[in-house]
Order: sequence, then structure tokens, then C-alpha cells
Amino acid sequence: MQIPQPRGPLTDELFGTLRAGSDDFYPVLAAGATDGEDAALALWVLHELHYRGFDEVRDDLEWDPQLVRLRGALERDLEQRLRERFTPPVGLSFVEDFFDWVAEQDGASVAAHVQRDADREQVLELLRSRSIYHLKESDPTAWVVPRLGVRAKAALMELLYDEYGGGDPNRLHHHLFAQGLRASGLAASYGAHIDEVPLEVLEQNNAMSHFGLHRRLRGAALGHLAAFEATSSMPSRRMVQGLERLGFPDEMVAYYAEHVEADAVHEQLAVRTICGGLLAEEPGLEEDLWFGAFTCLDLEDRFARTILQRWGVGEDRKEEVA
Amino acid sequence: MSGSFEHPDVVLCPGGPMLLRGQHTVEDPAGVAHETTRPVTAVCRCHKSSSLPWCDGTHKLLPERLRPT
Ligand SMILES: [Fe+2]
Ligand SMILES: [Fe+2]
Repeated sequence: MQIPQPRGPLTDELFGTLRAGSDDFYPVLAAGATDGEDAALALWVLHELHYRGFDEVRDDLEWDPQLVRLRGALERDLEQRLRERFTPPVGLSFVEDFFDWVAEQDGASVAAHVQRDADREQVLELLRSRSIYHLKESDPTAWVVPRLGVRAKAALMELLYDEYGGGDPNRLHHHLFAQGLRASGLAASYGAHIDEVPLEVLEQNNAMSHFGLHRRLRGAALGHLAAFEATSSMPSRRMVQGLERLGFPDEMVAYYAEHVEADAVHEQLAVRTICGGLLAEEPGLEEDLWFGAFTCLDLEDRFARTILQRWGVGEDRKEEVA
Repeated sequence: MSGSFEHPDVVLCPGGPMLLRGQHTVEDPAGVAHETTRPVTAVCRCHKSSSLPWCDGTHKLLPERLRPT
């Protein structure tokens, strides 16, 4: 992957230093971000050093102490902003009440717009935005595995095994999405569309990486997973219908069709065996489960509002049944 | 630490599907056989799924009295 285009003074300084192969990042630490996009893109690039890295960046910079320090400062800001938006639900049990709680969070829905009204250009733009996560689907959650007790670990692996194709590379979910992109005439290489995605997409990805990379946040990572899976089957069905309406190729339809069925399983596993298993072993993490779940829905709602507003359409609500 | 955990082959989810672990052949009401393809499969119990015999999450749109118990 290539380093993205900078979006402000911090990314300008950071990307220049990364390209130069220097490990003197003091000027970067002094630069500071001017706005949210600049900070979010810097954090996204620092997180990517832990996934696949960049063609132009030395691999050993993944654990450079100055970069880790910068990453930590950007993550603290991100987590603080996410926590400020969150109020823990009172008197609810995560395992018993989760699906009802999700149903009450009436966020804006991009899939409902795709199903009925979106044009081809809008859907292509949406697929490019989704590609930032879908081309590494489940990877941030895989980091959580070694931090869990026996029950939650076995349960998470049962779900991840399906996400990663059950041993068959042809069924691995992020590979299915890459094939869908290619068949739709879009670049399918990892991170290919980063330069055009809005702040909200960067923040969605940064939150997942942040939760995945910190053992302290294993509860938030698994709560995020539960909310993600629990809001996937029905929107994926809407995506299938919208993609078929617009004549998108079978490969793209197949990715979403797979998620209609897979996530009807995964949402049950995520809530009951994964988060339920975590709580049986570490009951003190219930609030973190809610924090992760809320953050997932909140960030998706912010993304949906932004993109629908830019397309000049009113907000479709997820609860509307076509 | 306890040495054994419950890990049933069949799980009835309150208000939702039946989870089936492992490889199975499920016959739908029309007599057509469907093979499971994933480690765990969700079989529809509300009969409103568009992917019968598999669950597609539709039970969540039903009023509580119409959801499977
Ligand atoms: Fe998936
Ligand atoms: Fe899934």
C-alpha cells in the first residue's frame, strides 16, 4: 500500500518523515494536528503499520518509540471523544437485553437508501468507503484472541473461523469483498480508496483498531463486534436488493448475500457465547461491552448521516420495512 | 477452574433461530434438502425468513408474540 495524501500539517510532516526513512520524529511530535481529519488520518496510518504496512515505510518503524508515543496521544484523544458520547444503559443485561437495545437505537441507514433509491455512482462511492474496513474484515478483532479466557476465546474463534472462510481462502470474507470490488470495476487492493474517504470512515476504522490493539479494551472490542454483527443481516439483505436493482455483478451481490446468513449466526454467537463467555469470566467488563457496542452504532450513524446528507437525501431509518 | 464447559450441538435462541453446530442436511417444508456450509448455522424458527430454511434476522422485525420462544 502507498502512503495516503496528507490532510494537514501533522500528516504532512509525518508522511514526509516516514518516506525519508528517518527515525527522528521529534518535528512530527511538535507539529500537532489542526483538525479532526488530519489527526484521524495520522492515526489510521500509524495503526496500519501494525497490519500490512506501507511500501515506502521501513517495517521496523512499527514499534518505533516516538511513533508509539504519537499513536498513544492520538488514541487518547479519540477514546476521550468516544467516551464523551456514551452513557451506559441502566438496568439492562448485555446478554438478555442486547437485541432489544439495538432495535431502539434508531440510527440512519445507508442500506435502506441503497435498496430503494440510490444511483450507481452513489453505490460505487459507498463500496469505496466500505472497502477500508471490508478489505481487512475481522482483522482488528483477531488481535483480541490471546487476551481472553477459555470460554470467550473458543467462542470468538468459532465466529472468526467462519469470517476467515473456514480454512478455504475462496470463502474468506475480505477476499469475497475484493472480488466484488474488482467485478464492479473498482480498485480492490488494500487501502486503495483511502484518499477519498470522509473523517467518519477513518474514525470507524481507528476505533476498531484502537479497541483491538489494547488488551485493556477487550470488552469494548467484543461489544463492538456484537453490535456490528447484530446490525448486518437485514442491511445486507437491503444491499443485495439494491445491488440487484442496479445490475451490479454477482460477486458483489454474493458478498452481501453471504452476510445475510452468516451474520444471522454471528449475531447470536457474538452476544450469547462470546460476550456471554467474557462476562462469565470477567463480569467487570459489562460496561466496556456497552461502550464498544454504542460506539459501533454511533459511528455508523454518523457515517450514514454524512453520506446521505452529501447525496442530498433525507435520512432513511433502519426500522422502516420496505 | 472447571474442566468442562457446556457446548451443545443444538441451541434454541430465545426469540430467534436454532443454532446447529457441525455438518447437517436440513429438509425444508417443500421436501428440499439443504446442506449446512459453515461451522455454526442458524435455522429459522419464525418461518418469516427470505432464506428458508436459514435465519436471516427477520424475527427481529416481528412483534414479540410472533417470535419463537
Ligand atoms: Fe464477514
Ligand atoms: Fe460476521
